[in-house]
Amino acid sequence: MLQRPLVVNVQVDLVLLLLTLLAFWTRLSQLSYPNTVVFDEVYYGQFVSLYMKRVFFIDESGPPLGHMILSLGAYLGGFDGNFVWNRIGAEYPSAVNVLSLRLLPALCGALCVPLIYLLTLQLRFSPLSAAGAAGLLLLENSLIVQSRFMLLESVLIFFLLLAFFSYLRFHSSPHSCCLRYAWLLLSGASSAAAVGVKYMGVFSYLLLLVMASVHTWNLIGDQAVSHLSVCVQSVCRAVCVFLVPVLLYVFWFYVHLSLLNRSGPHDQMMSSAFQASLQGGLSRITQGQPLEVAYGSQVTLRSSASQPIPCWLHSHKVNYPIRYESGRGSSHQQQVTCYPFKDVNNWWIIKDPDRQDLFVSSPPHSVRHGDVIQLVHGMTSRFLNSHDVAAPMSPHAQEVSGYIDFNVSMQAQNLWRVDVTNREAESEVWKTILSEVRLVHVNTSAVLKLSGASLPDWGFRQLEVVGDKLFKGSSSWTVEEHRYGTSQEQNDREAELHSPTHIDVNRNISFWAKFVELQWKMLTVKQEDSEHKYSSSPLEWITMQTNIAYWLHSSTNAQVHLIGNPVSWGVANLSLLAYQVLAVIYMLRRRRGFRDIPEDAWHQFLSLGCVCVGGWAVNFLPFLLMEKTLFLYHYLPALCFLFPLSPALLEHAHTHLLSCQAYRRALCVCVLAAAMSVFLSYRTFCPLTYGIPELSANQLEALRWKESWDILYRRR
Amino acid sequence: MGNTHRERFINLPLFSICRPSNFRMAKEECITQCSQAVDTLTLRNRKTTCVSSDIQKTSQTLSVPLPEDTQCTAGHLSEDDDTHSDGSSAQWTDSDNPSEESQSSVLLLLVAGLSFSTRLYRIMDPPHVCWDETHFGKMGSYYINRTFFFDVHPPLGKMLIGLAGYMTGYDGTFPFSKPGDKYDHHNYWGMRGFCAMMGSFLPIFAYLIVLELSRSHTAALIAATVLIFDTGCITISQYILLDPILMFFIMAAVLSMIKFNQQEFRPFTSPWWLWLVLTGVSLAGALGVKFVGLFVILLVGLNTVSDLWRLLGDLHLSLVDVGKHLLARVTGLILLPLFLYVTIFAVHFVVLNKSGPGDGFFSSAFQSRLIGNNLHNASMPEYLAYGSTITVKNLRIAGGYLHSHWHLYPEGVGSKQQQVTAYLHKDYNNLWLVHRQGSNNSQSGPPDLVRHGDIIRLEHKETTRNLHSHLHEAPMTKKHFQVTGYGINGTGDANDLWQVEVCGGHRGDPVKVLRSKVRFLHRATGCVLYSSGKTLPKWGWEQVEVTCSPYLKETPSSQWNIEDHINPKLPNISLSVLKPHFLESLVESHIVMIRGNSGLKPKDNEMNSKPWHWPINYQGLRFSGVNGTEFRVYLLGNPVVWWMNLASLGLYASMVVLTSVALQRGITMDQKRREHSVVLMRGGGLLLLGWLLHYAPFFTMGRILYYHHYFPAMLFSSMLTGITLDILLKSTDLLLRPPYSDWLQRVGQVVLLFSVLYSFYLFHPLSYGMSGPLAHEPGSAMAGLKWMESWEF
Repeated sequence: MLQRPLVVNVQVDLVLLLLTLLAFWTRLSQLSYPNTVVFDEVYYGQFVSLYMKRVFFIDESGPPLGHMILSLGAYLGGFDGNFVWNRIGAEYPSAVNVLSLRLLPALCGALCVPLIYLLTLQLRFSPLSAAGAAGLLLLENSLIVQSRFMLLESVLIFFLLLAFFSYLRFHSSPHSCCLRYAWLLLSGASSAAAVGVKYMGVFSYLLLLVMASVHTWNLIGDQAVSHLSVCVQSVCRAVCVFLVPVLLYVFWFYVHLSLLNRSGPHDQMMSSAFQASLQGGLSRITQGQPLEVAYGSQVTLRSSASQPIPCWLHSHKVNYPIRYESGRGSSHQQQVTCYPFKDVNNWWIIKDPDRQDLFVSSPPHSVRHGDVIQLVHGMTSRFLNSHDVAAPMSPHAQEVSGYIDFNVSMQAQNLWRVDVTNREAESEVWKTILSEVRLVHVNTSAVLKLSGASLPDWGFRQLEVVGDKLFKGSSSWTVEEHRYGTSQEQNDREAELHSPTHIDVNRNISFWAKFVELQWKMLTVKQEDSEHKYSSSPLEWITMQTNIAYWLHSSTNAQVHLIGNPVSWGVANLSLLAYQVLAVIYMLRRRRGFRDIPEDAWHQFLSLGCVCVGGWAVNFLPFLLMEKTLFLYHYLPALCFLFPLSPALLEHAHTHLLSCQAYRRALCVCVLAAAMSVFLSYRTFCPLTYGIPELSANQLEALRWKESWDILYRRR
Repeated sequence: MGNTHRERFINLPLFSICRPSNFRMAKEECITQCSQAVDTLTLRNRKTTCVSSDIQKTSQTLSVPLPEDTQCTAGHLSEDDDTHSDGSSAQWTDSDNPSEESQSSVLLLLVAGLSFSTRLYRIMDPPHVCWDETHFGKMGSYYINRTFFFDVHPPLGKMLIGLAGYMTGYDGTFPFSKPGDKYDHHNYWGMRGFCAMMGSFLPIFAYLIVLELSRSHTAALIAATVLIFDTGCITISQYILLDPILMFFIMAAVLSMIKFNQQEFRPFTSPWWLWLVLTGVSLAGALGVKFVGLFVILLVGLNTVSDLWRLLGDLHLSLVDVGKHLLARVTGLILLPLFLYVTIFAVHFVVLNKSGPGDGFFSSAFQSRLIGNNLHNASMPEYLAYGSTITVKNLRIAGGYLHSHWHLYPEGVGSKQQQVTAYLHKDYNNLWLVHRQGSNNSQSGPPDLVRHGDIIRLEHKETTRNLHSHLHEAPMTKKHFQVTGYGINGTGDANDLWQVEVCGGHRGDPVKVLRSKVRFLHRATGCVLYSSGKTLPKWGWEQVEVTCSPYLKETPSSQWNIEDHINPKLPNISLSVLKPHFLESLVESHIVMIRGNSGLKPKDNEMNSKPWHWPINYQGLRFSGVNGTEFRVYLLGNPVVWWMNLASLGLYASMVVLTSVALQRGITMDQKRREHSVVLMRGGGLLLLGWLLHYAPFFTMGRILYYHHYFPAMLFSSMLTGITLDILLKSTDLLLRPPYSDWLQRVGQVVLLFSVLYSFYLFHPLSYGMSGPLAHEPGSAMAGLKWMESWEF
């Protein structure tokens, strides 16, 4: 069958392989040590737990993908969410698989090393430079620390580097290559992932967009390409770099919202419709009824005094007897009672005294604390009324009736003021079930309440309702069943009252509505601006003036610190400066017509600056304008972009600037020395990076290279 | 003439390239005529048009020949003016041509006349204080009275207002205490008239700017018309406000910058220098009125940078020449404005030498300059002693005095004890008594001095409460502890004790009044008395929070000085308080201004205007009057104009995208289109940049924003409208064949003019005042004109 031999040609970049292995070794060895909660694990941990329990939460610090990745690790490790993340330094119980919690960030951190190697190669520098860049990243203590715990920076860096690498791969591959757009798609997807992990990713994504637009603009200007081809390519690029990331970003939220479907601690920040969509959220309480009572609402009013048997304010087409057994007279108006069974006669309609309508206007006009209302009995259309007539069983209190005008100069007194008693805890608005309301009679200031007595046979043994000026005892009512009345005619209304209430309108909130609401909340909720012992300002990061103590052993001096490798930070800063100086010189000289380097090298130099200096700038400069609490680890993405810069610049200098052989040799010696010192300082800070071995106080003091570093000693 | 002219021509790459093709199209006989005409071209007017009856085909590239008229006629918007009816002036001609010159000046006169008459009409109405006149009128009066005050804006605008008032006989006695106060006999027309004059220049400047940028009278007239008949621009110019003055300088800067750009081919001549210097002066003026002037500085700066970059790329210029250009610009656009700006402040400090309401915002040293201030030629006991009455001032700039009053912290904010705040005004409640630990000192003889390390108790003089702190969180800065007033008549508890430390001092050093920096360390908790600079909510009367900080960093926020010191038992010594150097005062007043600006936070209950409201004319500002019986003036842009501006922005964007894609794809365009694309990209781009620079920064501002902040941006937007609509109308021949395209163009211009005029007729009561029922009631003058629910007239 086989016409030709089945041959697999494999090319393995051994440098790449070696670097990857080293990266895995530095990032993954002894990952579960220390076996305690380290620094911000306490923050991300709570969200992981909530994911495991599928409880809804809002984290205003960033989109959900990062949390989901951490939770995925936890899920694979069989974490059940039953761990209280309350304190840094708390021991993990044996049931928690620490390795699985930390594995995914560490993997991402390790993969950054080969990625930066590939990225530098894509910028058309030599493998030696690429190895240099990867080496700097490999031996960067702060990145190792940040990767080895359940934190998100390494994930963010991974996606950022992947996005840039795959975009450059797309750009450099020949036009005929069919896999070309797959790289662009990968670039778009990883941008979306980066933005999904932290909002900071947006700025890198914007840089990528600018690069893509410039390249597309050049494509448009290329008159060798036909109009049709230009159109097709532009559209393809727009889809890959713009449409796909946007859709993916929304998709993270889709997953987030489908996973978290139970009510939780942050419910009350969301709209009631949103809460109703959560299991056990508002839906359990209001059962899908409208939350806010409005004019025209049809309600049943449950007395809070009649525990344990509930009863509802009730009326029926029977009047009070003209004379009671005791001989006292009554108003002979319609009875109002409290009835312990569900009944269509329990329905009342809230009416605005200034309006004739008995249906809810659009938009609904909510009833608030202090508003004056009338209550109309749904089936008989009598107004809830009270007047200075003694109540049947409790003569000291006022009778409450459904008003009938017998034309005996007994005016209707049917205005009631709404007094939301728990407005402090809930809100001024009268809410279904949640609000406790006292109904105060406007004319007499009496309060509608149960007297505690039962009516005799003429009142069907129902409970007596009176108006009482003594506020003693519970006199509040809550709306239990509620719907917005729609019918304008009495017949329709009766039919409406007979229909069941459980019209679940709210639960059908669409995903888009939820997404928009959640996103808006996340962006607008103000974080409490808090000082932190280890917070720092962005300008301190460049020179690494601060560190962060991540963990201290409970009894010994073993500790983990976020401290970068001072030598590589220095090298990175130096190369940043050198690039800018060189760029300014080149540009001014080119403007005056001097071509110092070949055009090809100039373009290489420009794209290096665009990715590295640009990447640094977009990941650093926005922090200068931010007002939130910032930490040293926020600088790490920016730092990563600087690492290819120094080897690339050295190579540039070696090929184009140093003509004399002696200079070149001197450069090589310098580079070797720098590489050695990077490695040595990495070794020096290893104990603070891995937390082992424990150091003595003197050794720790020797590691305090900067006055401003805060290294902890345990006095013994 | 011809020789110099050719030189200049070479330097005009774009136009000079275009021109030959233009002439190749021409008939044989007109070539001579044309070249004669070209010879007469000046640089200023690069439009190449021959006024010749024979060469219609040539002239169609730039102008629109009317079928019945063989002259090249301008398609400009001059149907309304009487100049057009003369016929002779409505021609496209070169500026050397006298008729062109006269036409240009006639149009300019017309614009000026309309502009001044609309702005000065009913300038005296209403005869009471409107809106922010209460501030700026008052501050003008302060200059006349020479009393020191504090304002968040630099002084030039208010100085000019004061000067205008002074020149017209206003004596500075009107208190301007609140909007609605009647002016009565006070002379206020000068100040209002001055602002209106400034505002009247805006349409004129707009006309000239657009004319320079587009070389089209039509575009210039559209821009000027839009501004002249915008009710918002009229209203904001008619009152004693900083905005007309600010906008005058902004527009003057842009105009002189563009004029300067036009001089690029004859550098270092006197007009070149003149426009450079004028640009610098206008920049200083703009910044001297409001910090919004920074945006126009940015615009000019960007323009200058690109200009220098172009010069650097010009290999005919030697590096020395480039250096000269650079130096000239540094001098004219940086050093000169800086010098003028500093001079403004020098004048400000020299004029205002009397103590006034602004003293408390400034440091003790600053206050010693002011006649009438208690620190001016002060004499008081030199060293702090027990039993003294003192005021304590925080050392951060614009830090207040340690203050307390009878009000308590509300429920839920720490413990419900008496408030202690920092207050920026001088007040009896700023006085504190210094007591020894424990006893009230009643010893006779000279009192002991307070020394570094001593433990003292500070008793508030008015309320006799002690300065107290405890382990409750502070109201705003949650990581700090609350500071309260506690105890009565000086009896308190151990939490009332504070250790005095002189910064940089040693144990036993006495505390110098005014000159020592003092820290107050709380004995019980070890925290340090701290002014966070955060404003307390309403319950704290919006004074500044005072806390006790557990972080013992040495910052000015935790350092205090003793300012007043009263102790009858000690001899007073005249303190030669170091009067601050002028530059120190300058820096200090700037920091105070910036603090003040960022302190203008929106209040919870106030309706806050959002930047996105502005271009859609969402809501205006009430200048005067609320209800139906009052004389009402409402600042609101003419909605037709504003919405047209908004639409033009979108139109402009799409036109630019189309043009630039076409250019990038190398699609061939004829001469006329190429010129349009240059005007659109260069001129329009500059205006769009101006609009963006004056609008976008507001989105990032945390301070309270008002509708009138949009007006500088609106000027740029209106000018852009002029260019955009003009080019759009001139591009009608893409749709229709001539002569129909010309008809369409004419119809478009007439409709445009008519709609602006008619809408002005409809909305003019907004500016000139209206009374009677509100717009939603029938019978109102504005009935049916409340097109948006959010307008409140």
